[in-house]
Amino acid sequence: MQPHCDCCSNPAVVHETLMCEGIKSEVHLCAEHAIEQGYILPNIGGASLVVGKLMDKSNPTATPAATRTVKSCASCAMTMAALRETGLVGCPHCYRTLEEELGVLIERTQNGATTHAGRHPRHAAELIDRAAVRNRLTRELREAVSREDYERAARIRDEMLTIAGGGEEA
Amino acid sequence: MSGDKPSPLDGLVGGDAPMADCVLSSRVRLARNLVGFHFVNRCSPEQLSDVVHRVQSARLGGPFESGVRWVNVQGTTPVDRLLLFERNLISRPFVESPHPRCVAISADESTSVMVNEEDHLRLQMLAPGMQLRELSNRMLVLDSSVERSLEYAFHPRFGYLTACTTNVGTGIRVSAMLHLPALALVQELEKVQRAARELQLAIRGFHGEGTEALGDFYQVSNQTTLGRSEQDIVEQFAGSIVPQFVEYERAARRALIERDPTALDDRVHRALGVLRACRQLSLEESIKFLARVRLGVALGRIEGVSLGLINQLLLQVQPAHLSRATGCALGNGRDDRGPRADFVRSSLR
Repeated sequence: MQPHCDCCSNPAVVHETLMCEGIKSEVHLCAEHAIEQGYILPNIGGASLVVGKLMDKSNPTATPAATRTVKSCASCAMTMAALRETGLVGCPHCYRTLEEELGVLIERTQNGATTHAGRHPRHAAELIDRAAVRNRLTRELREAVSREDYERAARIRDEMLTIAGGGEEA
Repeated sequence: MSGDKPSPLDGLVGGDAPMADCVLSSRVRLARNLVGFHFVNRCSPEQLSDVVHRVQSARLGGPFESGVRWVNVQGTTPVDRLLLFERNLISRPFVESPHPRCVAISADESTSVMVNEEDHLRLQMLAPGMQLRELSNRMLVLDSSVERSLEYAFHPRFGYLTACTTNVGTGIRVSAMLHLPALALVQELEKVQRAARELQLAIRGFHGEGTEALGDFYQVSNQTTLGRSEQDIVEQFAGSIVPQFVEYERAARRALIERDPTALDDRVHRALGVLRACRQLSLEESIKFLARVRLGVALGRIEGVSLGLINQLLLQVQPAHLSRATGCALGNGRDDRGPRADFVRSSLR
C-alpha cells in the first residue's frame, strides 16, 4: 500500500530513508509538502523529480533550489525535516510556527487525539477562554456563510480579528 | 547523597502496601518546560545553567517543604549517579547526559525533580504497591505549587509543551511495576501483553525503556498523554488496568497451587536455598531467585521472610547499592558476585 504523507492524508510521492545514530527513520511527503520542505521544485512535482535533497548530498557546491521554501521556527530555526531526524521539537514556539505539521504528527503519535483535555497553568486561563471563543466563532461563521447571511458573517469575522489581536500564546 | 549511607528504604519498599503481592511500586511523572527557553536539545550550556538556577531559586513546595536535597549530577561520582538511578530518582539518560543538570530529592526520597533531562522539568513520585491515585493527587498539588514560581510553556490546543510529541498535552506518565511470575509459568503472559498493547500501554523491563523483564517484573505505563484529563488517565490505570492485571496474576497463582503445589514449593524453596547457601551471585541470578522467593512469600508458602525484605534486597543487590553497602569496587570487569552472595546470605539468615 502506498504510504500517506507525514503532514497530511494525501498519498506520498517523495520517500526518503534517514539514518541518525543508527536509528532508521522514513520521510513520506505529498507533492505539496515536499515542495514546502525543499525536496522537490515547485511547478514540477512527481516522484521522478525528487531531486532537491539528493542534489545537495551528491554535490555540496551545487546551487540549492532557488525557490526552495522550508518552513522553520522563527525562534529556534527547527524544521520538520530536522525534527524527524532527532524526534524532538526545538522550543515552545515551534508548536505555533509549525502547528499544522506538528498537529498531524501529534495526532499519529497520540492515537488520534488532537486537543488537550487536562489541567492548565493559571496564566493560560485567558488563552483557554480565547481558544474556546475562537472555536465557537469559527463554527458560527461557517453556519452564517452556509445560510448566505454575509452581514452576520462579516460581524463574526470582525470579532475574530479583535480576538486574534488580543495576545500571543506561551 | 555523596558519602552518605543509603537512607532507610522502608517508605519505598513497604510489603504492606495495597496489592503489594503483585505490584512492586507505582510511579507518576510530569514533563514540564519553562517559558522563555528553547527545549533542552536546543539550549546552549549557559542557557541550561540558567534553567538550573531558575529552578533552584524557585520554591518547589509539596513534599519538598519538609526538606529538599539538590544534587548537582555533574559533580557526583559514578557510584552516586548510579545509586540515584537504581533508586529510580533519576533516569538512565539523565545519568549519562552531558548537559548541566541537577535533581531535587525530597527528604523521604519519594519525590524527585530532574532539571534538564529531555524536558526542563521532570517531576516524579514513587510509592510501594499500588498507590497511583494517592501519588497523582500529591503530584498535582506539587505541580500547582511549582507553577507559582515558574511559568510553564503551554498551548491551548496542545496543552503542556514538551520536547517529544509523545509527552505533549498532560505530560503525565503513570506506571506500575508488576510482578507476574505465575502468568509467566502458566504461559499466559503473551496474552496479557497483547491485551496491553491493544489498550495502548507500554510494557517495559525492570529499569524501564529498553531493559529486560528480569524476574518477571514488568513496568506498564500509558503511551498517550493528549486528549484525556490527568484524572481520566490515572483512573483508567488505578481503577481498571492494574486491578485487571493483578486479578489475572492472582488467578494464575491459584491455578499453580491447585495444579501442583509441590512443584511450586520446590521452585520457591529451592530459590531461597540458593540465596541462603551460594558463595557467588550475579545480579541477574539474584533478581531471578529473589523474584521466586517473592512469589513464595506472597503466597504464604515461605515463612519467616517478609515481602518488604525481599523488595529491599531487590534494590540492594544492584551494583551501586552493593558497592555502598559492602565497600566492594564498582566498575568495568569488577567481579561483585562474591560480595553480593555474602550480603544476601547475611540478610536472609
